[in-house]
Amino acid sequence: MSFDLNFIGILIGAIMASSVPLILAASGELITERSGVLNLGVEGMMIIGAISGFALMVVTDNLFFAVIGSMFSGLIISLIFGFLTQTLLTNHVATGLALTIFGIGMSAMIGKNFVGIPGKEFPLLFVNLKESIPFLGPIFFGHSIILYFAFGLPFLTNYFLKKTKTGLVVRAVGDSPASASNQGINVSLVRYSCILYGGSMCGLAGAYLSLIYTPQWIENMTGGRGWIALALVVFATWSPIKVLIGALIFGGITILQLHMQAVGLRIPVQLLSALPYIMTIVVLVVISRDSRKIKLNTPTSLGQIFYKEK
Amino acid sequence: MEVLLIKIEKRNDVSRSIYFLTPVLAIFLTLFGGGIIFYILGFNPIEALKFFFITPISDLYGLSELLVKATPLCLIAIGLSFCFKSNNWNIGAEGQLIFGGIVGGGVALLFYNHDGFYVLPIILLSGAIGGMLFAMIPAILKTYFNTNEILVSLMLVYVAKLLLDYLVVGPWSNPEGFNFPETRQFSESARMPILFDSLRIHAGIFITLISVFFSWLILYKTYLGFQIKVSGLSLKTAKYAGYKGKTMIIIVFMISGACAGLAGVGEITGPIGQLHRNISPDYGFTAIIVAFLGRLNPVGIIFASLIVALTYLGAETAQIFLQVPKYTGQVFQGMILFFLLGSDYLLFFKIKFLGLKKNEL
Amino acid sequence: MYKLFLRYLISVLFFLWFSINANADFKVGFVYVGPTGDHGWTYQHDEGRKAVEAAGIKTTYVESVPEGADAERVIRQLAQSGHDLIFTTSFGYMDPTNKVAKDFPNVKFEHATGYKREHSNVSTYSARFYEGRTLLGHMAGKMTKTNTIGYIASFPIPEVIRGINAMTLAAQKVNPDIKTKIVWVFTWYDPGKESEAAQALIDQGADIIMQHTDSTAPVQVAEKAGVWSFGQASDMQRFAPKSILTSIIDDWAPYYVERSIAARDGTWKQQDTWHGLKEGMVAMAPYNSAMGGDLVREVEQLQKDLASGKAHSFTGPIYDQKGNILVAEGAVADDGMLAGMNVYVKGVEGDIPQ
Repeated sequence: MSFDLNFIGILIGAIMASSVPLILAASGELITERSGVLNLGVEGMMIIGAISGFALMVVTDNLFFAVIGSMFSGLIISLIFGFLTQTLLTNHVATGLALTIFGIGMSAMIGKNFVGIPGKEFPLLFVNLKESIPFLGPIFFGHSIILYFAFGLPFLTNYFLKKTKTGLVVRAVGDSPASASNQGINVSLVRYSCILYGGSMCGLAGAYLSLIYTPQWIENMTGGRGWIALALVVFATWSPIKVLIGALIFGGITILQLHMQAVGLRIPVQLLSALPYIMTIVVLVVISRDSRKIKLNTPTSLGQIFYKEK
Repeated sequence: MEVLLIKIEKRNDVSRSIYFLTPVLAIFLTLFGGGIIFYILGFNPIEALKFFFITPISDLYGLSELLVKATPLCLIAIGLSFCFKSNNWNIGAEGQLIFGGIVGGGVALLFYNHDGFYVLPIILLSGAIGGMLFAMIPAILKTYFNTNEILVSLMLVYVAKLLLDYLVVGPWSNPEGFNFPETRQFSESARMPILFDSLRIHAGIFITLISVFFSWLILYKTYLGFQIKVSGLSLKTAKYAGYKGKTMIIIVFMISGACAGLAGVGEITGPIGQLHRNISPDYGFTAIIVAFLGRLNPVGIIFASLIVALTYLGAETAQIFLQVPKYTGQVFQGMILFFLLGSDYLLFFKIKFLGLKKNEL
Repeated sequence: MYKLFLRYLISVLFFLWFSINANADFKVGFVYVGPTGDHGWTYQHDEGRKAVEAAGIKTTYVESVPEGADAERVIRQLAQSGHDLIFTTSFGYMDPTNKVAKDFPNVKFEHATGYKREHSNVSTYSARFYEGRTLLGHMAGKMTKTNTIGYIASFPIPEVIRGINAMTLAAQKVNPDIKTKIVWVFTWYDPGKESEAAQALIDQGADIIMQHTDSTAPVQVAEKAGVWSFGQASDMQRFAPKSILTSIIDDWAPYYVERSIAARDGTWKQQDTWHGLKEGMVAMAPYNSAMGGDLVREVEQLQKDLASGKAHSFTGPIYDQKGNILVAEGAVADDGMLAGMNVYVKGVEGDIPQ
């Protein structure tokens, strides 16, 4: 293996590219969960975003519409979840699972006519800088605009939750919907908004896959990334900045094992791929046994139905 | 202009007739929604629905296949009902199924050149124990470390899947199989007995039916069942009554894991006959739909498993005869659950019609 | 109870009537493992089906059938609903195909890439894809600047090992310095994984990307990175017009038409078919002119020689990684050895995952 600096830069760039869908979906889900809603439909919303982004690209031949459209369709499908869990007060877990099953089926049905069409080239920014600056070039340049957005998103999310009034409201709703409601906050409205925001980010994550990462439509192309994103939120203990770090670790495991193989190292690929899930469980155990750590970021009312007598 | 005035009120008691009628309502709504989807796709909705829901079971083979599919779904859902009734959200039945399959399959491989009546029971038992142990991970983490069982059981699904992948590609692959990702075929005495010649329905259905009976017994006739129900209603009441919550949580997870493990080992010793990478088309997740559709009631779950199994078969038939995309099956499953959960609203809330009122606008 | 019995009687009678009726109308069924639009494996089988249809024979297909317990039911449903010949086009259908064949002795079955023919109504067929790999190896050896060839492999089965060996032997012949880097993705079709593997190989210095997986993702990655690549199963040129040097095409159409007509006319016999460039089951997509006229002519000549039998992909002396002789000087590997190949030849780095 050539261990020169530039190679490491290229490696980091590849890891960053592979972590983008995880960051986007997990950041969206994080806001949803911080408002006390557990939406297990991430995979379903992502795949709907992937097909609608790609379909719009083919139909309109316009990448901007495709990206916006994917976010919009993620939002629409999360509206089903919002309506069921917030208005009809259904169980979050079951509704989320139904959303995933429905989304996978629906996307394959819509996608029937879009299989085997080559995607369009997505513009990458600062490509010349990528090649001219060693090490730092491949890390910072030559990416799509969505990657830059994804890497900024956790910081924005952090700012939103900690420094803005609306962020405080979201956290208050997630921690104690009853007392938030007593203070005159419309819990249902806050949760609706968080669900829709989460849906649109998952839609964008899907579009990243079908428009940029592997530019084509393939059935089931999210390949379980939605579930990893869910794990990531927990792994990050509901902290946006740690989502970023976690996504790089999860993405890094995938990319590094491929490189290890390419240099002829024999490794049990499947066992390495199981690491993110095992690490998440370990983190979960560590934070859960210490009640102080739980209180720090964990939305106390996560997954619980809140009903206000009218 | 006249406006219909309605008022929504919380019900104090849950109406039993509505409780069991809403699943029927959900199924009808799904059929209606499905018809619309078929229409949009350019098929005659009545004909498509006929191919979807009637053709697959219009002969003996089809009925047998329906039972082959429903056998694992029903068994897993029965186990899940214990968890869900007591507010324990085990959504990792798929992982417990696979792990049960791995343990049972491993034992079957150990016995691959043994004959004897004792082989199959040992395999089944080890599969059940495998699933049980795997389900105890989220249970113990929940009781002793206060860890969220939804997330742990979900993560473990992927751990089990990847472990199975590792085993069939590597150490357990058939030594005479040219490295194809599958184990040897199990010996005849490791296979579930087939009930009728040339049909695939196997003895696993008895395991399922026996489990249904016992779960009914436990849930409705024992102290444990009472405990499960009470703790499902309110954790505080349960604590007040002095129940040992921790033991109960671990027990319901063990029951549910054992059922899923049995379902897994039933699949590999039944229709499959070996271990490979796809031993389950997400039965563990689909069984969650079955459990809800069956209202967590043993008899309800039997009916629900048949209906959900039919969506699998229907999707295939509709594809063969009409070239309808097979994903309609998943869309139907998703819709059933949506409608069912949505119609639950009728359970807990009364909609009162206050009559018509003239609107001044 | 009585009513129930009556119902079964009616359905059985209906069925008999249906199957008699169906026999009058000769039908061929196809079972696919992926979607027909994968632009790889399944796509090519479906092209073959279309050729059968064009020859005036009715066909049905079922796509995306998982290689589990469900496959048997799908195959059986096709057999039961009046199909006279059924092609099952993935290795994982081997046991289900044989099981169903036992119960339907009058229906003919053709299983792709398998080796079990347990009943007289089951044939197997496959193509000598390795002959195409020899051509790819020749081009790769000539075109590489970094002397590194990246190879995305699916499962360590003989067919894949054979491809790696054939390619490496041919590349070594024209360029003794080449290195083959292999990444196992343990899937036939997962665009995300395949593209990550392709990127990793390119980052590791490979300037030629080759795949034994079915999606178009690797050639798209190669196109973006500006390295050479080869298409798999079908002509993938439009997914990477600049990067693709050629594609190995699986052309099942002539075989499917021939076997369908034989089954219709009653001349179908059990057989094990392994056809290559000679019969046209393996074909090459147009060569990319970017590699220069001389090289194109060389490769075309080699293709002719492989087809005529003048050249063979595995001509001795061939050594394994430890230096033991596998094929003696002047000899060629026999089909038995090729069919069960599970060692790398000298020059391939690393171990076969076990």
